[in-house]
Amino acid sequence: MSEGTLDNSSETNAQPGATRFSVFGTSFLLGLVLPVTAGLLYEAAFRAGLVQARLLPPPSRIFTTLWKLAESGELKTHVIATVGRVGMGFGLGSLVGILLGALTGASRDARRLLDPTLQALRAIPSLAWVPLFILWLGIFEGSKIALIAAGVFFPVYLGVMAAIANVDRKIVEVGRAFRLSRLAMVRRVLLPAILPDTIIAIRSGLGMGFMFVVAAEIMGASEGLGYLLVDGQQLGKPDQILAAIIAFAVLGKIGDWLIVVSTKPALAWQDTHQRGA
Amino acid sequence: MLTIETLCKTYPNGTHALEKISLNVDAGEIVAMVGGSGCGKTTLLRMISGLEAPTQGHVAIDGEPIFAPHPAVGIVFQEARLLPWLTVAQNIAFGLDHLPRAEQEARVDQALLRVGLAGYGKRWPRELSGGQAQRVAIVRALVAQPKALLLDEPFSALDALTREDLQDHLLALWEQHRPTLVLVTHDVEEAVALADRAIVLQPKPGRIFADIPIDLPRPRDRLSPEFAEAKRLVLKALDGSINQPMTHQPGKVHSPSAGGSF
Ligand SMILES: Nc1ncnc2c1ncn2[C@@H]1O[C@H](COP(=O)(O)OP(=O)(O)OP(=O)(O)O)[C@@H](O)[C@H]1O
Ligand SMILES: [Mg+2]
Repeated sequence: MSEGTLDNSSETNAQPGATRFSVFGTSFLLGLVLPVTAGLLYEAAFRAGLVQARLLPPPSRIFTTLWKLAESGELKTHVIATVGRVGMGFGLGSLVGILLGALTGASRDARRLLDPTLQALRAIPSLAWVPLFILWLGIFEGSKIALIAAGVFFPVYLGVMAAIANVDRKIVEVGRAFRLSRLAMVRRVLLPAILPDTIIAIRSGLGMGFMFVVAAEIMGASEGLGYLLVDGQQLGKPDQILAAIIAFAVLGKIGDWLIVVSTKPALAWQDTHQRGA
Repeated sequence: MLTIETLCKTYPNGTHALEKISLNVDAGEIVAMVGGSGCGKTTLLRMISGLEAPTQGHVAIDGEPIFAPHPAVGIVFQEARLLPWLTVAQNIAFGLDHLPRAEQEARVDQALLRVGLAGYGKRWPRELSGGQAQRVAIVRALVAQPKALLLDEPFSALDALTREDLQDHLLALWEQHRPTLVLVTHDVEEAVALADRAIVLQPKPGRIFADIPIDLPRPRDRLSPEFAEAKRLVLKALDGSINQPMTHQPGKVHSPSAGGSF
């Protein structure tokens, strides 16, 4: 409601381009109000000596720590390690998820054969695999990537399978009426139809990837943002923990944003109520 | 040209949709199918198009039996069914993949011009009104130049004014190559405005109740007494088809739903 009125009023007295920018700016700034105010209040309370900041350092100290880590090049090493693991695990998990999801979505026999097993595996909390992965793949990269891949796999698999099963029969019929071959039907009708849901599935897969990289790095790593977390806990440095958390948040957001931006042109046709929001 | 022989359809759930429909349609003829809701019009059209298999009987075009969608038969569905990820121009060219690019573009441009949508080629389907989308759907089927075009209540979702306009568009398009048209409608005025013959279907199970020739010269004047008379004939048949006493079925006589299909 309020967004609509905001839009209208600014449209009357500004250029279209400026309107879009200012609306984007307003909503972006609005989202910042809460965290920034809370941070400033806490900072002020700390400066005034109202709080003991041993366990929860004020924002200024967190950012100083973050800055120091960045300056020394340490942050870069950890970020590269974490991003590398997420990238490999995410790539592997989403690739297998898309392939199996497409298979079970498209063929009823494949679904009957594979889906019960996969659903049973899904019921197992992924972290329960950790000891086994370590036994099989060693304590180093292999087991970590396998864990991340397992976390990414399930949302992607489920999303793609549901997307294919839900393709509108009426649209498929148009393809049949024009006598598309099986291959052409997949390329010209099914793939474009499942693209939006697939992208959503991949985005939630990436979210899982970041969730599991933390678990993987906490269980033993010599570098990576998860290592910074553990290290901060063992040395009693909450500012380092919070700096790592912020780095995780920023990385996760950037990853998601990259998916959204890179797929946006392919989804320009979409007719959803969120368009342009 | 289009031969339909003792076509029967019973759906897997037991619904007896059609019973022994036989019909011949000549090349270039426009046939309107009218009948109450649920009397099997869509079912019949889907079987002619090869999208659905009959339980009995068969359909042939120029003597060639139809088992699956046939290149000579196009279909326009009740909803426009444009592919949302293709632009208007790409949608129209959907069935022209086998032609060279230049030929595709030429046909698309000409088609858009003919239905008053020149300049709309680059739009997304979501940017069209209902009537515009339906015009694109009709043209998408026509640019493939089918020998027969099946239309399932293509204008039923539109207001009366737009409907009349699109009926004229359809006739203009038909004039070009004169394909055979089988037009399903529940609008008697539409049937009389367009068709050479109105076939009135009777429900439960769907059968042909009447076959009424409409011998009016084109362009037709919707306000002329001849037009009104033809309309009256079709309406009367339609009334008769719906109020026909059911064939006597023991046990079903007192069923409250036995009266009509509406
Ligand atoms: N897929 C289906 N499975 C089972 N029964 C069906 C199916 N499609 C239609 N029917 C039934 O077959 C009968 C004829 O349906 P059909 O859609 O052909 O009617 P129609 O004449 O096109 O009606 P309308 O004017 O409302 O579109 C109806 O009784 C309907 O319930
Ligand atoms: Mg129908």
